[in-house]
Amino acid sequence: MMDKITVPKPRRFRRNFVILTVAFLILGSAWFAGFNIFEVMGNLYKGSRLLGRMFLPPDFSYIPRIISPMLETIQMALVGTFVGAIIALPTAVLAANNFIKTKWLHVPLRLILNIFRTIPAMVLASLFVAVFGLGAFSGVMALAIFTFGLISKLTFESIEAIDYGQVEALMSLGANKMNVLRYAIMPQILPQYTSYTIYGFEVNIRAAAVLGWVGAGGIGQTLEYNLAWRNFDKVGMIIIFSFAIVLVIDLVSSAIRKRLV
Amino acid sequence: MIKFLNVSKTYPNGVEALKNINLEINEGEFVAIIGLSGAGKSTLLRLINKLIDSTGGEVFFDGESVTKAKGKDLINIRRQIGMIFQGFNIVKRMSVLSNVLSGRVAYHPTWKTILGIFPEEDKQIAYRALQRVDILEKVHNRASDLSGGQQQRVAIARALAQEPKLMLADEPVASLDPITTVQVMDYLKKINEEDGITTVANLHHVDLAWNYSTRIVGVREGKVVYDEQRKDLKKSKFFADLEMVYGRPITHDEILGDE
Ligand SMILES: Nc1ncnc2c1ncn2[C@@H]1O[C@H](COP(=O)(O)OP(=O)(O)OP(=O)(O)O)[C@@H](O)[C@H]1O
Ligand SMILES: [Mg+2]
Repeated sequence: MMDKITVPKPRRFRRNFVILTVAFLILGSAWFAGFNIFEVMGNLYKGSRLLGRMFLPPDFSYIPRIISPMLETIQMALVGTFVGAIIALPTAVLAANNFIKTKWLHVPLRLILNIFRTIPAMVLASLFVAVFGLGAFSGVMALAIFTFGLISKLTFESIEAIDYGQVEALMSLGANKMNVLRYAIMPQILPQYTSYTIYGFEVNIRAAAVLGWVGAGGIGQTLEYNLAWRNFDKVGMIIIFSFAIVLVIDLVSSAIRKRLV
Repeated sequence: MIKFLNVSKTYPNGVEALKNINLEINEGEFVAIIGLSGAGKSTLLRLINKLIDSTGGEVFFDGESVTKAKGKDLINIRRQIGMIFQGFNIVKRMSVLSNVLSGRVAYHPTWKTILGIFPEEDKQIAYRALQRVDILEKVHNRASDLSGGQQQRVAIARALAQEPKLMLADEPVASLDPITTVQVMDYLKKINEEDGITTVANLHHVDLAWNYSTRIVGVREGKVVYDEQRKDLKKSKFFADLEMVYGRPITHDEILGDE
């Protein structure tokens, strides 16, 4: 005869506490932000009229005129991603705590990376427009810095998660730091790093599309101009066009990323 | 060839892994190190190529102090010592050839190895090493595509490419099935006998120690408690002696069986 096994009931207290807290935070912030469901309903009519002017129909004849600013946006995203990603790789190596073990280097480095990563690209762009003037260069700078922060952080976390056995094996056969990097660390993180870079490009395309708002070049600048002149059918066309481009780039890049890792 | 002089190792967390070890290992020996989990076997092995620092005493390799070696001197010592691991630790995302060639990095200027430039004779060394462990046909495969036993053979080939004097093996077969285990042990034995490469292996299975070694060293709670030449031992006496090393009779899983 076997004894019946009894285990204590799972404790739900923690889970319930988390759910309540999250609900409270969401409702609280909605109230705080003055979110009001009736006001939303009231504005629905106004909004639908505007949508009608934008998309019924959009101004298709405008397409040839927005190709060039769209290309500029893509270029901004490309260059910004490229520059940011290139600087990010060596920085990530220095910031990872398993390659260089001195704290005085990677603690401040991480702080800087976190700051760069958390400042929205828009804010950086306004800053650079103030410093370098209007135009795509300011946008590219903003994107490069943001990308640098993003990719450095993701990459150094990947470096810290590598299989350290491979590093030890290389050390044991007499490899110096550079060789350990080349033969044990890089092969392990290169696919991830490439994937992060492509992801950075995805994010940057979207960011680049709105950077024009602060005068940092690209399609955003055209958008802002047309909004100011209330050319809503042109605005609609720009939105559709940007949406299509972003969608295509997202699809292609996530397909590539899936194959990488 | 290896000499431990009053060596101790206390880890930063306070664990005294080795206590005043004195041990000498001679050229050509195949030393099996046995002992319970946590006895200090890996620690002992890793002190020989300074993967970890000792906290007392001194380790010598070929008369040179490993303990005091730094920079170029340490690299010069390490490149003469091959090491294989329980987890194989080959670089899975590289080809078999690149893995074996990486065993040569300590012989060349860094700028060349970073660019992946190795002289033709190094490639010959790599091919011969792979042939030695009968896996030359996988030379262009990705390492991750190989089975465990094959990966361990690549690891042995990488160590052979160093043209080492000494081979360290930390539980080289603990992740392998019994048949592959015998294969890998056979290769280690062959290399020891034919190339005269001194071998020190941590082994979990006492019958592997019995079948392959020329000397058996038992470690218990950070001390060497057993040290016998294999040829002086009788099997029944050896198995009875093991209680000294393990503090209890041998359990079933410490014996591999007779396949
Ligand atoms: N990096 C470390 N930091 C702290 N303590 C450690 C470390 N490595 C090993 N130890 C401790 O030192 C002791 C000896 O460990 P060691 O790995 O040398 O044993 P072992 O004989 O190889 O055991 P196993 O058969 O499990 O591999 C153990 O108590 C272990 O917990
Ligand atoms: Mg061990």
